Parts: sequence; C-alpha cells; structure tokens
Amino acid sequence: MSPLTSLGHKTLNTLESLGRSAIFLVQALFHLPRAEGVRLWLRQMYFVGVMSLPIVAVSGLFIGMVIALQGYLVLSGFGADEALGQMVALSLLRELAPVVTALLFAGRAGSALTAEIGLMKATEQLSSMEMIGVDPLRRVISPRLWAGFISMPILTVFFSVIGIAGGYLVGVDWLGVDQGSFWGNMQGSVIFLDDVMNGMLKSVVFGVVVTWIAVFQGYDLIPTSEGISRATTRTVVFGSLAVLGLDFILTALMFGEF
Amino acid sequence: MSDSTLVSVENLHFSRAGRPIFSGVDLEIPKGRITAIMGPSGTGKTTMLKLIAGQLTPDSGSVHVGNDNVHRLSRQALFRMRRRMGMLFQSGALFSDLNVFENVAFPLRVHTDLPEHMIRDLVLIKLQAVGLRGARDLMPAELSGGMTRRVALARAIALDPDLIMYDEPFVGQDPISMGVLVTLIRRLNSAFNMTAIVVSHDIKETLSIADHVYVIADGKVMASGSPDSLRDARDPRVSQFIQGKPDGPVPFHYPSKDFYEDILAPSEVS
Repeated sequence: MSPLTSLGHKTLNTLESLGRSAIFLVQALFHLPRAEGVRLWLRQMYFVGVMSLPIVAVSGLFIGMVIALQGYLVLSGFGADEALGQMVALSLLRELAPVVTALLFAGRAGSALTAEIGLMKATEQLSSMEMIGVDPLRRVISPRLWAGFISMPILTVFFSVIGIAGGYLVGVDWLGVDQGSFWGNMQGSVIFLDDVMNGMLKSVVFGVVVTWIAVFQGYDLIPTSEGISRATTRTVVFGSLAVLGLDFILTALMFGEF
Repeated sequence: MSDSTLVSVENLHFSRAGRPIFSGVDLEIPKGRITAIMGPSGTGKTTMLKLIAGQLTPDSGSVHVGNDNVHRLSRQALFRMRRRMGMLFQSGALFSDLNVFENVAFPLRVHTDLPEHMIRDLVLIKLQAVGLRGARDLMPAELSGGMTRRVALARAIALDPDLIMYDEPFVGQDPISMGVLVTLIRRLNSAFNMTAIVVSHDIKETLSIADHVYVIADGKVMASGSPDSLRDARDPRVSQFIQGKPDGPVPFHYPSKDFYEDILAPSEVS
C-alpha cells in the first residue's frame, strides 16, 4: 500500500470511528429516565464518583500545599507574601483543579469504565442482554455516561476546596503568612463568575469528553485480551490529551483578550 | 411463508472483512420443532443465529421471524421482538455481577411488573427445571461450565419464549451434563411446544434430538432433511461430515502448498 493510500485509509477509519462515537453518544443519552435508570445511575455515581474521591482529595491537598510553598518563595522575594491566598485560589480554580481532576479521573475511573465494559463485551454479556430484549446502551452505557458527566464537576469542587485548605496549612500555619491577608486577598481578587464558574465550565466539558472517550472505547473495542488492554491505554492517552488540548482552547476563549 | 414456519431465511448473503460467509442460504424453521444447523467449525453457524436475532445485518437477502422482517425493524421493535426469543450462548454469558437467582430473574424484572413473590416462584420453577434450585445464591464465578450453561438455559426460558436458539450447547460438557442438556432441550420442546434451533457439530447428540437438520458448508446449505435421511446420504461431503472421517472431499488441511516442497524449500527465516 502506498503511503498516500495508507494515509487516506487511516483518515477514513478515524472519521468513521468519530461518526460511530457520535451516534453512540446520541443513542445512549437521549431517552426518558425511569425509576430503574435512576437506581442504576446512583450505583455508577458511587463507583465512578465516590470511589475517585480519595485520590482526588489527596492530590488536591498536596497540590495546594506545593503551590503555597512555591508561591511563598517567589512572592516573599518581593515582600508580597500576603498575596499568597489569591495565588493559590486562582491557580486552583482556573486551571489546576479542573485539569488535574480530569487527568486523575481518566486514569482512575476512565480506565476502569473501559475495562469493565470491554470485559462485558468479551464475555458476551452485552450480547446476551440484547437477546433478552434490553438495550445495553440504555442499561449499561447511559448510567455510566451520566455518572461521569455529573461527578466530574463535583470532584473538581472537592479538589479546589481541599487544595485551598492545603495552601492555608502551609502558607498560614507553617510559613506564617497573616491569616487575614490570606483570606482577604483571596476574597478580594476571586470573581465568582469569571474564575469559579469558568473553572466549573471547564470541568463540565472535561467530564463529558473523558467519560465519552472511556465508555466508547469500551463499547467499540475488539473483544480479546489484547483489545481490552489497548482500549484501556487509549482511554487514558486520548482522554489526557483531549483534556490538555481543550484546556488551552477554553482558557484562550475565557481569559484571552483578543 | 406458510403458517407452520416460524423463521424463514431467504437468499441470505453475508460477508465479514471481505470474506464471504454465506452466499445464498435459504432456511425454513418450522414451529414447535427442533431444527439443527450443523457444519464444520468456521462455517458461520453462530453468525447465522446472530443474523436471525438481528445482531448482525446481512449484505442482501431477508430473515423473517413470524411476520417481522428482522432487518427492517426499528431499534425498539427489534428489542421487542427479542423478548419472544431466548438464546443460550456458548459461554453462558451470565451477568457476572448478579447471582444465579438474579440472573434468572433479570428478564422477568425488566419486562414484567410481577410482584416479588411471583418472580421468586417463577425463578425457582425455572431453576428446578435445570436442577439448580439449590445453587440460587452462588455467583457465576463459583459455577462449573456445565452449571453455567444450565443457569443460562433457565434464564433463556424465563419469559417462556416462542423460539429458543442453542449455540453449541454440548461443547465442553462432561457426559452427565451432556445427557442432562439433551433431555432438557427435548423436554422443553415437547412440554412447552417451544421452537428450537440447535447449532452444533456434535453429531450424535444433535441427530438424536433434531426433527430436521441443515448442513451448511462453504457458505451454502449442503444438505437438509431428517436425521435418518442424512445418515444414509450418498453425497460424499455429507457422509464424511456425519461419520466424522478425516479424509474425504472436505480437506483436513488449511489450503497450502505441498508439504514436502514446503519442508525442503530454502528457509524463509534467516
């Protein structure tokens, strides 16, 4: 096959896969929820959201502590260490909380979703569900998608709050920054709509993209052990790259001054 | 299609990754009878079941179940049609997060509004039929291969379907569970008048229960008829398959160049 043919072949395959994933998303999302659906969604909220909480909380704590430490070293050189609260809060709310939570989510929950759905496909559980007359898109896929969409922003809030607490711990308790100026500067500089809501908007977008990638990779994989391993890797790689790429675009749109 | 036919397959063509699997297959599955589809491994017997159930779409040709043209149905109508079908997968395909009882109860819970005590009674009746009432609390991972398939059978008949499809039901079974399965398939058919399609290459067991047999090879129906007529078939390909002889018109070897030439040729590996 000539390089040109091979390039065309790959492009067509990629486009076809994107088309399939779009149809898949629409079919899985849009139907009327029923009582059973709510129960299945709550169960997935536990597996996808609650079970990701420990890793998100610990990471948030350490990242908040590191920003406070690094920030203090730089700011104190200019005698501006009372601006530490502002720095910790802005870097967390605008960037680190949505991005790092999404990266952790892709690694922790995304890979688990892909592997679980892939294994259900490989052991013909999805096929047998179809034969029983139950649509796996509704029963298996939809609750997982909604659970991912909704838990990501909530996890991001936890990350920010715990991160700021970590920053307080290092900045105020350990390095001796004045408590009043730490909170006061933060309160004065953080704008709810611009900073908090833009960060949340990012996490909503990341939640949709990462969960979509994870669930589709599981549903669309080749049902062998090698296929499952490749799809799980793809979930983490594509998910992380999508988060970082989208973060740049979103940041440019939200905070860039054109 | 006559009234006595439940499934009819007409001029079915299907290919996978450019390789033709079926090229013009016609089948008629009569109501209330056991029809066997036999053939060597890799002839697409399981694929045929998936085409009948609408899990795969043919390149051309049609499949009718009752009055429904399977591949013209909307997604919702297709799922409604499948409630009248049961399928026993080769692997059993039990839901690994549910125990035996809940696996069998699953179709009842999603498709009926029966009260809990009735679901319990129905599940226990189905489990009693396959001899596993006592295993109701076990998880799928704790079951042997034979038990898994029997639970899967109980689940497949939970909604009392009109049609049940068995995908290689005898593969990997010890002689006792093999006998149990043969009896169960026969009894389900005679007691409940369930139409059955058995896909298998276990000749002795399949011929002992089937009313009608189709032999598929090379993408076409090679022979069809009652088990007795196939045992006496003159066609050398059919008799080779039915009697399980390695030598005959159907080659044992995958197509390749001459063995001696291959062995004596200069090595391809350096």
